[in-house]
Amino acid sequence: MKIWTRAAAAALMMTVAAPAMAQECIAPANPGGGWDFTCRQIGRIMTDLGLVPNMVQVTNLAGAGGGVAYTQVVSKRGSDPAVFVAASSATTTRLAQNAFAGATADQVRWVGSIGGDPGVIVVAQDSPFQDLKDLVEAIKADPGSVAFAGGSAVGGFDHLKVLMMLDKAGFEDMRAVKYVGLDGGADAITQTVGGFTQAMTGDLSEITGFIRSGDVRPIAVLSEKRVSGFEDVPTAKEQGVDIVAMNWRGIYVPKDISDEDYQAWVEKLQQVGESEQWQTVMAENGLEPYMILGDEFQTFVDANIAEIQEVSREIGLLQ
Amino acid sequence: MDMISNLAMGFSIAVTPYTLILAIIGCFVGTIIGALPGLGPSNGVALLIPISFSMGLDAISALVLLTSVYYGAMYGGRISSILLNIPGDEPAMMTTLDGYPMARQGKAAEALVVSGVASFVGALMATIGLMVFAPYLARVAYSFGPAEYFALYLLAFCTLGGMGSSNQAKAALAAAIGLGIAMIGLDKTTGIPRFTFGELHLMDGVDFLVAIVGLFAVAEVFHFIESHGKDSAIGVKLGKILVPWRMLRQTFGAMMRGTGIGFVAGVLPGAGASLGSFLAYMAEKSVAKGADKASFGKGNPRGVAAPEAGNNAAAGGALVPMLTLGVPGSGTTAVLLALLLTLNITPGPLLFAERPEIVWSLIASLLIANVVLLLMNVPMIKVFVKILSVPAWVLLPGVTMIAFVGIYSLTGSSFDMLMMVAFGVLGYIMRKLDIPTVPVILGILLGNAMEDNLRRAMVLSNGDWTYLVSSPISIGLWIAAILGFVAPIFLRRLLKKPPVPQTAPVMNED
Repeated sequence: MKIWTRAAAAALMMTVAAPAMAQECIAPANPGGGWDFTCRQIGRIMTDLGLVPNMVQVTNLAGAGGGVAYTQVVSKRGSDPAVFVAASSATTTRLAQNAFAGATADQVRWVGSIGGDPGVIVVAQDSPFQDLKDLVEAIKADPGSVAFAGGSAVGGFDHLKVLMMLDKAGFEDMRAVKYVGLDGGADAITQTVGGFTQAMTGDLSEITGFIRSGDVRPIAVLSEKRVSGFEDVPTAKEQGVDIVAMNWRGIYVPKDISDEDYQAWVEKLQQVGESEQWQTVMAENGLEPYMILGDEFQTFVDANIAEIQEVSREIGLLQ
Repeated sequence: MDMISNLAMGFSIAVTPYTLILAIIGCFVGTIIGALPGLGPSNGVALLIPISFSMGLDAISALVLLTSVYYGAMYGGRISSILLNIPGDEPAMMTTLDGYPMARQGKAAEALVVSGVASFVGALMATIGLMVFAPYLARVAYSFGPAEYFALYLLAFCTLGGMGSSNQAKAALAAAIGLGIAMIGLDKTTGIPRFTFGELHLMDGVDFLVAIVGLFAVAEVFHFIESHGKDSAIGVKLGKILVPWRMLRQTFGAMMRGTGIGFVAGVLPGAGASLGSFLAYMAEKSVAKGADKASFGKGNPRGVAAPEAGNNAAAGGALVPMLTLGVPGSGTTAVLLALLLTLNITPGPLLFAERPEIVWSLIASLLIANVVLLLMNVPMIKVFVKILSVPAWVLLPGVTMIAFVGIYSLTGSSFDMLMMVAFGVLGYIMRKLDIPTVPVILGILLGNAMEDNLRRAMVLSNGDWTYLVSSPISIGLWIAAILGFVAPIFLRRLLKKPPVPQTAPVMNED
């Protein structure tokens, strides 16, 4: 019996011994998503580099596409210098569309982005579409003939990517574009490989395995220049559609922390972004360097939100 | 032979004294987490991820620990289902239907042993299935589109009517309540929130774990307070544990059928363990005849064996899409996926070819965990039962507290705890009105996915409903669904005529 008591004690310790007083990263979604990934990687590297005294504790605060975490940080953790929150384009998309119950982007301080996940449009291996032009032409001819699958709900970043791309390509009737939102990029891929949808849009990192295995064929990457490791995939720009859609990976912190604390976070994030570990993580996960820090990032976020608001208004997602 | 040498490699990596100790600890912790209401496999595994990092575990050891917890929780969920009538986690819900009546009849030990063995059979066969068929099974996900998933969920709903053994109208009412609750939240097809009243916490809908813990555990507390412990689930006595060989032989067929159904449900992303155990139970009930059929819901051992084999097989099956496609088939595999990503292992179509050492040591650790769990859950079941057999005045506040902590750990907001209490009130009222609560959960669990898939199908087909029956898979599922709905109506008439004296004694036993 003794060994069992001991095992039980060990078990109990394991379940309650979350490190106290640690820096905390809030992932505003359940484990497994991009925000969780951001928190765990940044947290791990901060610990490895000795930038924080303890291990960074990751808290998953899921709900409302990041809205629960956002409002909670704004209302309850407003001056907590030990907490940072994972954010991405999805965060600014929702803020732009006023989906956080009235919360606005100026209620937190934006620290920076250290990586970007280029948007990508893929088709099944046996698809008749060879390049972006084929796809756009087919949609112009008959919008009902092409359905897109994506990992976000209608109005989410994956959906906006498609709409922004078609907008730039000169297609006007946004409401005619067929899009189905699934639970994540991999799920959207299965629907496209299975032939249920004709194209899929998502972040490159979600799809790398499927591209390399040959299940799907990328026809355009939505970045400034071609992505290393995928040099044979042309950008949308090269194909005459002037769109860049990077899903940046970064963090924000509460508004009312001191300027010193804010600067300290910016420096820590910069060190993580420049570390070798982060370069490895990016290479392994299909992320591109996308480093914007501090005040520059605040400006970037404002511009980003203004742009999304414009598109959302154009397509009727925002009044 | 390739497979055997791969497996040998997996064992050679996974079997060290250190990892074996981790497996034992993981299985033990997992079983407790599974048995405690509110703490399910997914938050159990999620809680352990940071701990595995702070212990500095390497990739293999972390995987061994967390898969042991995962399988352990799948085993453990049945313990509180049987002894307390409170499912420890959502897939164990179906086990309450026959497991608890068995316990009331003084057959708690038998129920625990049968379900433990069923769990072992289900998990073992599923692990072997994962090992042998994973690369091929990945393709199955490609043949399931919105129309096929819709038909699959329809099948589940059509067989639901046969579940409420006493009053079908009440079961239908309960399912309708569940479907209504499922409507709450952001509508994926339009991006518009429904019935959220501007409340951010309702944007993602109602978490079924909140509903389960409320409807079962909190409702039980209310009932206990009212009756001062009389007629309460708490305090089922457990006699000496003997292995009921005869019962195991009788239920072996049920275990195998449950395993098959559960594994398939697990392999399909978006179906998962709950659907697996539900379909396994309903299938088992539908193949039963006469008096045997009538005793489902009143303590039929096959009603314990089938869903337990089903949910454990589904747990193994869910690893197939997770490893080969990166699509988590359940909440727990989503957490495991997160762990793999954090360890810089990206599941996907190339995982088996590129990182064989990870895959095969994972499979080896699943097999180890399974054997450890069988030993823990059959000969040593008393250890776990002891935890639940403390006096009611200790147990009940403890269960309530853990339920609150578990629910709080889901999203870290007090809103869910209030909602859980509201579900407790609902559960109490439903119990007073003799309305079954299991269909409510199924409505919440399946309703969302069913609606999403219907709407996706309609978007893809431009509103043409014939799209729903346009593939062989969906036609097959529709036929099964219609048969599942219509057949009991006719069969009941046929069965009722002659064997009245046969069914009568069984009814009296209740």
